[in-house]
Formats: sequence, structure tokens, C-alpha cells
Amino acid sequence: MSFSFSATVARRGFDVSFELAEGETLAVLGPNGSGKSTLLNLIAGLLTPDAGEAVLGGETLFRGRVFTPPHARGISLLAQEALLFPHLSVLNNVAFGPTSAGVKRADALRTARRWLAEVDASEFETRRPAQLSGGQTQRIAVARALAAEPRLLLLDEPMAALDVAVAPAIRRMLRRVLEKRTAIIVTHDVLDAFTLADRVIVIDRGHVVEDGPTRSVLEQPRDPFTAGIAGLNVLAGIRTAGGMRTAAGDELQLPGPADVTPGTACTAAIRPSGIRISGERPAGAANSLRRVVRDLEPRGDLVRLGSDDLAADVAPALVADLDVTPGSSVWFSFEPADATLYATAR
Amino acid sequence: MPRIAPSGPGSVPRWVLAIAIIGALFVVLPLVAMVVRVNWGEFIPLITSESSVDALLLSLRTSAAATALCIVFGVPMALVLARTSFPGQRIARSLVLLPLVLPPVVGGIALLYTFGRQGLLREPMNVLGIQIAFSTTAVILAQTFVALPFLVLSLEGALRTVGTRYEAVAATLGAGPTTVLRRITLPLVLPALVSGSVLSFARALGEFGATLTFAGSLQGVTRTLPLEIYLQRETDPDTAVALALVLVAVAVLVVGLAHQAGSRTRAGGGLL
Repeated sequence: MSFSFSATVARRGFDVSFELAEGETLAVLGPNGSGKSTLLNLIAGLLTPDAGEAVLGGETLFRGRVFTPPHARGISLLAQEALLFPHLSVLNNVAFGPTSAGVKRADALRTARRWLAEVDASEFETRRPAQLSGGQTQRIAVARALAAEPRLLLLDEPMAALDVAVAPAIRRMLRRVLEKRTAIIVTHDVLDAFTLADRVIVIDRGHVVEDGPTRSVLEQPRDPFTAGIAGLNVLAGIRTAGGMRTAAGDELQLPGPADVTPGTACTAAIRPSGIRISGERPAGAANSLRRVVRDLEPRGDLVRLGSDDLAADVAPALVADLDVTPGSSVWFSFEPADATLYATAR
Repeated sequence: MPRIAPSGPGSVPRWVLAIAIIGALFVVLPLVAMVVRVNWGEFIPLITSESSVDALLLSLRTSAAATALCIVFGVPMALVLARTSFPGQRIARSLVLLPLVLPPVVGGIALLYTFGRQGLLREPMNVLGIQIAFSTTAVILAQTFVALPFLVLSLEGALRTVGTRYEAVAATLGAGPTTVLRRITLPLVLPALVSGSVLSFARALGEFGATLTFAGSLQGVTRTLPLEIYLQRETDPDTAVALALVLVAVAVLVVGLAHQAGSRTRAGGGLL
């Protein structure tokens, strides 16, 4: 069920368009307030766009005066909270989609039981939602959404409200049921994108800033937000013979693929763990940049030093030895092997 | 009686407690005074006289009919007020709730000028050959007029509290608006619908001013229990007090039953 979408909502500064192939799962990443929820609500029909067009499997969802109401779109929305209907049993919750579509009760219950088995929740059939844990309700919400046989499944941070302990099991289950299914998943978690999505778009302030295959977008990010969630530093600049010149004017020595010719725009991604910190300019380092430390944040057994454009994960002892505090000026150094250079144009 | 802790979380200052007790006495004492005045020796004959039984049955019949009308019209009104937005909605809400603050006798006069022989709707009613004023129908209309806001008010509040999230989920699962209303919205607000209906019934049962003005006081036709009590008070205070006690008992019974039904529907995390 291929899907094309393009819409503007002027009062929210929202202007997004993208396409989705049949059976493809798309991850939507973006900072809070970037327009991800607006996107899902527009697709589900809970919000009306000012202009645009959306077509799902040849059927128009909206265009000009045409507006298909939510119940006629064949699009299920799985939210952060399970929102199981509190007055219905688990089985009747899952059977809600089929019975609403006019399926005979016995057949609807059979479908519901099949989906409950699919998400390993058969034993909760007769329970009320109030008697279940967060992970259990989210499993059942997945079963309920899929039992409605949606042509497109929307997932709005389905794991955000769950314990870290149960999230992996739900992620595995989603991975199984999303295979071969046309779906859009909004997430904050790069692991969700890697495990569940074929493609990623990144939205910032209501606009698409990245669009491409998951690995390509997350391993070679162009946008600082994408780099942040992928856990990478990115520096943008122009390709030179020996490496690149950053926008700030720093010359870096980096090997790059032959197709990124000198003079073209390129980006370098550097892992924060690959960056070394020193008080004096290190002799023999290939690339050294002097930066003012803006913040220090403990991360496991390391400390992340953040500057305006680079972050480095270093041992706490080194931070103490160098007496680094916000406002300190230190050298950030890295070797060509710890960085990847690629063309900014995809 | 449980001891009241002098201080700590969940307690109130002593002076608040004292005022609350005075307030409670103010409500309970008149009831006690009435019970004391009842002529128990003659109680059964007094309340089983023909006019008493007529009045009681008429009151129950008309109040039940008025409650049904309140549900039929009040549920859609509450839905429109809670779930849509249109220009002048605030004014519409104020107008709908007006009978709450209007003296009932004024409501009766208003109804008379609408449905009466010389009223606003006299022509269409003449064509259809309907006479409403001073009939049992008029009693039901008067009771509906004063009781409707109670149902609308409690249901609209519940609809706003429940919110639209469950309804949105139901719609994305393929349920059309009527299915959502029947299977999601109404079950979720059922406790409020029950309590709103009980309030409406109680208000209808006690209705006096609008009924007297619009429907008159004809035994077995428009003379409801409150009217009968008022009439008997002049000539036969013993009957009036006995009937008043019956009215109190019926009201307590209805509220108690509805409360039990309400708590049963809420048990087990479900509403149906």
C-alpha cells in the first residue's frame, strides 16, 4: 500500500512531504515540538491541513475539499499510552476494529484471539485493562491496532512510556509484526529506528531536514539533530585535496571517498569516544581543534565534554587533571581513522 | 463513631468542623421535626386515601416520563455543548442552564405563553388538534423544563473530563461516529448519565411552581404529590405531613438505588 503525503499547516509552521513504498517502515525522528505529532494527526485524519494532498493505495485521504474521515481511512494509530478502552475486556478491545467494520461477532473474536496469540497476550483475554501492567497493555494495543487490518499503521513513540526492562521484548514483537507492513513510527530512540525502520526522515521546526535509508542517515548524518541522536559529532565544510575545510575555517586531514571531489560540500562524522582532550596542542595529532567547553555531563563511567560543535567522551580522571570546567579552553584531537567523510548531498 | 484526629493530614480545623455540624443540623432538624409531627396511628389510612394514591402515582408516572425526555434531549445537548464549537456556544450554554436559576413559577408562565391556548404555538397546535395546558402532558413538560439542565450539566462535565482520546483511537480503528458514541462515549460517561438522570428525576418529583402555573391542580390529572401536600396543608395538616414523609422516602429510595447502581457499574474497572 504505497503512500504519498504532502501537507502544510500554517499556524504551526508545518510543511512536510514524503513518500512511502508498499511494505516499507519509516521512522520519523525530530526534537520535541518539531511537528511529529502534527504529522501523525494529519495522516490519521484527526487534524485538517491548510493545503496538501495525501494518497494511500490510490485512495485520496485529503486534497482540496476532499477529506476522508478517520474511520474510513484504514489507518490505525498506536499511541505512547495504550489507551485500551477501560470498560471493555481485553478480548473485546482487540475485537473492536473488526466489529466496527461489520464483521460477525464470532469471526471478530476469532481474529482478536489470533492477534492476542501473536503478541503473546492470550492469557489476558478476560481481564480488564486496569488489571494489566504497562507492557501488557501496550502489547494488547498493538494487537488491537493490527486486528483492525490497517492499510497503514502509525506508531507514536510506542515504547516511550514503558519500563526499560520490558521495552526490548516489545521492540522484538514490533519488529516481527512490522515486517512487510507499511508503517510509520515516530521515535526518540535511535535503536527503534535501526531495528524497526527501513527508512528515516528527520523533521525539525516543521520541515524535513533528512530523508534516506536508516543506516545512511544515522551513520552519515548531515543535520546536527540527527547527529546528536545518532551519537555522533558532525562538522560541515568543503572538500580539499587532503581533507576538508570546515565552515569555521579549520583545515582537517581526512581521507574520503573518491567521488567527493575537492570544492564540493562534505560532512565529517566523528565518534565522541574517538576524540582526545589535552590542555596543550598535541604534537603529531592529525587534527586538533581548540574549543571552549560549554558543559560537562556524566555518561556511565565517562564524562561528556560539550563544546558548540564537538563533544568528547573522556575519563573523569583526565577532566580532574586538566581542571576542565565550563568556560575552559581545551584541544579536541582525533585521528583520520576515527572520522568518516561523505558528500553532504545525498 | 470514628475519632476525629486533632491535626495531621486529612483533618480540618475544629472550628470548620463546628460550623459543618451546625450546617448539617440545619438540613436534618426540619426533617426530624416533620417526622415527630406525623400522626402514626392514622398514617396508613392517610396515605392510602384515594386522592393521596392518585397524587403519588401521578407524580411517579410524570417524573419517570420527564426523566426519559431529559435523557432523550439532554444527551444530544450535552454532546453538542461538549464536543463541538460554534459561534455563540457560551450564550447557548447559559440559555440551556437558565431554568436552574429561574423561579419555577416564571418557567410555568413561560410555558403557558408557549403551549397555552393563547400561546406562541397556538396555530400549529390548533391545526393538529392538540391541547396541552392543564393536562398531564403539561405536568411532564413543566417537570422536563426544570429538570433538563441537571442532566445536561452533569453529562457535559463528564464528557469534558473523559476527553476525546478514546474516541480518536476508536475512530482510527474504523468505528464511525455513531459506533463511537454507542460503544465508547456513552459507556465511559454512564455513571454521570445515571447520576444526572437521578438528579433530574428528583427535581421533577419535587416540581411545584411551574406545574401549578402551567398545569393547574386537577386530581388524578395534574395534581402531583407536592401540589396535594400544599392543598392538604390548609385543611388537613396530618395528611400533608404524612404525604411529605412519603415524598421524602421515595426521594431517598431513588437516590439510594441509583447510587448502588452507579457503584456497581464502576466496580471491576468497567462501566458496563
